[in-house]
Amino acid sequence: MAKKKRTVPGLNASSTADISFILLIFFLVTTSMDTDMGLVRRLPPPPEDEQSEAEIDVKERNVLNVKINSAGNLMVNGDYIGLDQLCERAKEFVQNPNNSPSLPEKHAKNIPLLGMCAVTDKHVISVQTDRGTSYNVYFQVQNELVRAYNELRDELAKARFGKVYANCTDEQQEAIRGYYPQKISEAEPKNYGGEK
Amino acid sequence: MPEMNTSSLPDLIFTILFFFMIVTTMREVTLKVKFTVPAGTELEKLEKKSAVSFIYVGPPTDQLRATMGSGTRIQLNDRFAEPAEIMDFVAQERASMSDQAAQQISLKVDQKTKMGIVTDIKQVLRKSWALKINYSASKRN
Repeated sequence: MAKKKRTVPGLNASSTADISFILLIFFLVTTSMDTDMGLVRRLPPPPEDEQSEAEIDVKERNVLNVKINSAGNLMVNGDYIGLDQLCERAKEFVQNPNNSPSLPEKHAKNIPLLGMCAVTDKHVISVQTDRGTSYNVYFQVQNELVRAYNELRDELAKARFGKVYANCTDEQQEAIRGYYPQKISEAEPKNYGGEK
Repeated sequence: MPEMNTSSLPDLIFTILFFFMIVTTMREVTLKVKFTVPAGTELEKLEKKSAVSFIYVGPPTDQLRATMGSGTRIQLNDRFAEPAEIMDFVAQERASMSDQAAQQISLKVDQKTKMGIVTDIKQVLRKSWALKINYSASKRN
């Protein structure tokens, strides 16, 4: 007869895997991995009184009027254009490469790291919508405008620092932002002039 | 044939479990409006989730359509609201935040919404000094 060896029986842990599986599945289902993304915008501060709003005076050449009607058609400074042309148009406007008198005026500005540059820091892109414009069209327009700025900033960053804007140091990014400040007028359905 | 040793399986599963427990963000409100956010290319990630409040705009969900109609509605927390109520909502949210200057409003707006209501919301947000906003969107290539 074989001798029976008496040992303390081990705890049966084979179901731990099942329990943790259930927990895992619960979290898998409830989890929303969607990292929230979006276009970040800054609204202008509220007007102190009705008058102060009208006082903001911007020269005509410094304004790029983007108007969207309720059918979703775009009009930029009097021309009908498609959404795909908007980015180029905005880039040309912000950059003013040939110092054209119809595009925003340039001012000499001393920017750290970049030195003296002529920048169009007075420009404003004003987006005007109709109450009936669909939000999607408005968003696509905003997206194109931000794309124009991002492309300009990337071009400048590559030319000056040899890398894209996102890879630059904080000081370099600030310098580039000083060169191409983002000025898209928000809110105010009829008023252009507010910054960003 | 020897059985495979599965004693480390629970540990493995636990590791995955902990990963999901950490990354999970439970939605604290039940959505009463349905929306499809527009798609964009130049998006930024939402930083500082604790300082973000959400405003949902869109038509009521199918279950609520019978009572609420199919017009565009605004949802704040768990209820429908009028644009004017956003001011209180913003103040309330701000009071419960530790870093009040970083307050950010994320607008989750259905892409078919008309701009009129969005403009109204933005005007109220301006008046309540909630100037940092974010148009929520999905990534497009």
